[in-house]
Amino acid sequence: MSDWRFRLAERRGTLIALALFLALFALYASKHPAGFTANVVQTAANKGALLAFVAMAQTFVVLTAGIDLSAGMIFTFTNCLGSYIVAGSTPTALLGCAGVLAAGLACGALNGLIVIYGRLQPIVATVASGSIFYGLALWLRPQPGNSDNFNSDIADFMTGRVFGVVPMSLVALFAVVLAIWIPFRRSTTGRAVYAVGSSEMAAYMSGLPIRRAKFWAYTLAGLFASIGGLYLSFITYSGEANFANGGTYTLFSIAAVVLGGVSLFGGVGSAIGAIFGALAFRTIGDLLFVFDLDPLYQPLFQGVVLLLAVCTGAAQLFRIRNRLDLFQ
Amino acid sequence: MEFAQPLLRMEGISKRYGGVRALEQAGLEVRGGQVHAILGENGAGKSTLIKVMAGVVAPDGGRMLLEGREVAFAEPAAAIRAGIACIFQELSLIPDLSVADNVVIDSPPRRFGMIDHRAQRRLAEEALARAGGEDIHPLAPVKDLPLSRRQMVEIAKALARKPRILILDEATSALTAADVAKIFAVLKRLRAEGLALLYISHRMQEIAEIADVCTVFRNGRNVATYEAGTKTLAEVVELMIGREYSHAFPTVAAPESDAGPPALEVRDLRWAERLRDISFSVRAGEVVGLGGLDGQGQRELLLALFGVTKGLSGEIRIDGKPTNIASPRAAKSKRIGMALIPEDRKTEGLMLPMSVRVNLSFAALDRLSRWGVVDRDAETEAIDEMVRLLAIRTDGVDVPVGSLSGGNQQKVVIAKWLMVRPRIILLNDPTRGIDIGTKQEIYALLRRLAESGAAILFYSTDYDELIGCCNRVLVLYDGAIKRTLVGAEITERALVASALNIAAGAEAGA
Amino acid sequence: MSETAGGGGVAVRRVPLLRHIDPAVATAFACIVVLLLIGSLYSREFLSPGYLLQQLKVASFLGVIATGMMIVILLGQIDLSVPWAVAMGGMMACAATAHGQIGVIGAIPFGLLCGVALGLLNGFGVAYLRIPSMIITLAVNAVAQGLMVVHTGGFSPQDSASAAMRFIATGEVAFGIPHSLIVWAIIGAGTVFLLNRTSYGRAVYAIGNRERAAFLSGVDTQRAVMIAFAISGGLSAFGGILLAGYASKAAQAMGDAYLLPAIAAVVLGGTSILGGRGSYIGTVAGVILITLLQSILSVMQIPESGRQVIYGAVILLMMLLYGRGRRAEG
Repeated sequence: MSDWRFRLAERRGTLIALALFLALFALYASKHPAGFTANVVQTAANKGALLAFVAMAQTFVVLTAGIDLSAGMIFTFTNCLGSYIVAGSTPTALLGCAGVLAAGLACGALNGLIVIYGRLQPIVATVASGSIFYGLALWLRPQPGNSDNFNSDIADFMTGRVFGVVPMSLVALFAVVLAIWIPFRRSTTGRAVYAVGSSEMAAYMSGLPIRRAKFWAYTLAGLFASIGGLYLSFITYSGEANFANGGTYTLFSIAAVVLGGVSLFGGVGSAIGAIFGALAFRTIGDLLFVFDLDPLYQPLFQGVVLLLAVCTGAAQLFRIRNRLDLFQ
Repeated sequence: MEFAQPLLRMEGISKRYGGVRALEQAGLEVRGGQVHAILGENGAGKSTLIKVMAGVVAPDGGRMLLEGREVAFAEPAAAIRAGIACIFQELSLIPDLSVADNVVIDSPPRRFGMIDHRAQRRLAEEALARAGGEDIHPLAPVKDLPLSRRQMVEIAKALARKPRILILDEATSALTAADVAKIFAVLKRLRAEGLALLYISHRMQEIAEIADVCTVFRNGRNVATYEAGTKTLAEVVELMIGREYSHAFPTVAAPESDAGPPALEVRDLRWAERLRDISFSVRAGEVVGLGGLDGQGQRELLLALFGVTKGLSGEIRIDGKPTNIASPRAAKSKRIGMALIPEDRKTEGLMLPMSVRVNLSFAALDRLSRWGVVDRDAETEAIDEMVRLLAIRTDGVDVPVGSLSGGNQQKVVIAKWLMVRPRIILLNDPTRGIDIGTKQEIYALLRRLAESGAAILFYSTDYDELIGCCNRVLVLYDGAIKRTLVGAEITERALVASALNIAAGAEAGA
Repeated sequence: MSETAGGGGVAVRRVPLLRHIDPAVATAFACIVVLLLIGSLYSREFLSPGYLLQQLKVASFLGVIATGMMIVILLGQIDLSVPWAVAMGGMMACAATAHGQIGVIGAIPFGLLCGVALGLLNGFGVAYLRIPSMIITLAVNAVAQGLMVVHTGGFSPQDSASAAMRFIATGEVAFGIPHSLIVWAIIGAGTVFLLNRTSYGRAVYAIGNRERAAFLSGVDTQRAVMIAFAISGGLSAFGGILLAGYASKAAQAMGDAYLLPAIAAVVLGGTSILGGRGSYIGTVAGVILITLLQSILSVMQIPESGRQVIYGAVILLMMLLYGRGRRAEG
């Protein structure tokens, strides 16, 4: 069936990321002192899910050939917000969760409006808006902390295990993919997002809604970053306005997206790939521990992986035969 | 049928780009069940007319009536909704999406709000079949298809919109004869179904085969509309050329001597399917023209000589010595002494917001600076000389070059390169879109430069210029030199005929 | 600030010797005056020479860093590796002092060299591999961070600054004029000369305006881009050396607080974020503006959180106004 050939080719980036992750994780689990236990998987899943959500956020924007440097700051801000309003009885805490997600949507929508109507370059717009989001986070949490009646039941449930084996965070990832990513991907807006990133000129000539596509890409990016922020609240029970941490998540989300087969030039890739990219990137960092290497080398190692990942995009240069094509 | 209301009627359409008029009071009537061919030379206004019709550009004046009702399209989407589908030259397909995605891109079938892939595939397959592209897999990404297949997808995409008017702008230029035959079968069926088809092509044989009605454009106007087959090829060529203007050109002098090696010699130049076995030479004092239709490899040839392209094969000799030109920087070095007046002065020739001074001296800074520090006195002196020599009309040299008129901007581009003191000058359509007065000055300048010993290679889309300025003209077709015209052979008739690649002698009868 | 709406639009090309004053630069200076007036409402001290010199001293650190950023932005690129280029400069210079007499003498050049190396890496990626500058500089920033974490073992670095570093960062010439201000003035003068009087400077503006046209004019645009990033890396590192001299030692994350202010100073000074247009005097104004803004926000006892929000909002606002002006002109 030649259909399979095309279907495989379309998902090649995602499948490579999946294979990479599985290989790395198998190595990790086999070398882990505690072995392949539900606990090891749960801890790894919780950490991985945080990055996976932010990486999915980054995917939406990168697909339009833009970039969201505020993703980590929205993540930080919504984490701080979550540490306040995911509190009280379970119904009020759930309402709080909704509030956190709404805040993320608002942040993303703000980015979208600035980029579309202000016509600012995504990078500068999101660096500046990131400063605002970080300021808000710091305003909420000048010191790390949590609400006195933080609802740890929800938090424990969301970070625990289902049937004693499957980490809830993976279930949440799966649910989000099913409920948001797949409908988005199959909507006309989703297709317009891919089209805009692939060739904005062709998208215009084909009469596609370019503004709507960009707006939803940024807005959904905000939403996903806030899901990540919420999850951080679940894991830590608290909120922390950590500037370096926010920046790190932005950076790692870009790395994860690249590893996940999403093209930084737009139009190619999938948020599912970004999830595996994120999990693989996390595992790379953790491998150093199980191999008893000095954990000090972790940031360097991750930096080098990131550098190599972004350099792979340069391979297409060898195909350019008219040097003027370099200066579009 | 003759007296029925036309499906689309355009009246008095005008459009200017900056100071250049692309359309001047142009009109057209399009009827259902006809293939209407549009003919004209380069820059006659055909593409602008199509763009107006498809909502890509807004006209400055005039009106469009669709079945008698006045319409105006703010964007391509509006034209599509009105039933006008346009096939551009590989512009509107989204490379990373699949064929099926592209075919139904503007209104994919949906179920429960989501795109229904199965229905989409069915629609795409139907449209592909109607367009004669049954062999294209609907799941293949467009970027992996060869150009000819992409053109089929474009047609399928247009048909999926169920248009009433279908515009094909050079839609067959990338296709093989077999593919063209397929498409013609499709077009004939569509005509029978009552669609209005607008067909733009430079291939006269194709037009003779498919068109019912022809309209000839010249200088932004429709000059004649006639039923296909009622005019000879010679008459059509005459209509396209017109007899409107003839410039005074300086007399073309023969180069001083044939002794010694030519300043520039090219042997068997090939590049990426765009240039095929190009061989020619230019002597000092000679002006050699490049002719042919737009986009036949002239631009690529100039860029290749100037060191812009990679993967070039063949040999370039400067003063008889084989030379490798690796970059524009190498090309302008003393050893080679080459200059290129590029195609688009706004994006390739000038930095518009920067001052006349900076633009003028920019290419020659190596000569005007010491240890990287610009010698401002020498710079000012050289600039003043150039402003005088070319009579550049500017309000001082510190105003942005973008504030100058088009003609004066072009003079700045030329002056900028003369400051490098080149021996070989390549020009890419240097008079496009500038006023007649400045054109005359440029012709005189070219002649002076040639007389002072420069070797000049000159591409122009204006046949009058080639006739008036050149010692020889090389006519390119599909990346190869089809004909070389020397001296008195350079006539408009010969240029047009060889540009259209009509077999020699065919231009007389047909 | 609403007057900039019209002001940004009438972009007169920067001509040396201030023959035409860019309205954006004028606006930036006007804002400085307004800030000084607002500040003087809170405290009389605000207009005293001592306070103003203190502000200039603080501004000079940012000024040095923003200089490199400006050159990169003039090219139409951006350098996001500033945070760890700054930290690397400071840390490496301090680390060198631990290696005897030669180390003490070589401290400043060594720190500088590390920054230049980092910049070359950025420049190579942008110019030759054509990786978008925001991506490659982020990645290089991560690598620099990794290197420094390995170097310091994750703790606050223990090496202290050399005497020379302390001298240029903290000393005073006379009348309370700090050495660091002199250093900034020298670097500034050099930059003005580079941008206005050399063929390299012309190439920078040309590439920022239209890289295609610059390339077709026979300029080695790739080399020019790489050099710009090297300068930016070097100046960031030099800023780190000054900061380390000021505080007597380097610190983790000492550069984090300089990325956004550096971009903001350049943009508020009227340099187009799209490249090709801007003057150094504008960047000077932007640096002073940002420094005063920070100072006033702290005098008004606005907490760090409020400062971050105000920064972001002010920068967005200014860029929106300038951006519109630029389009109207094109």
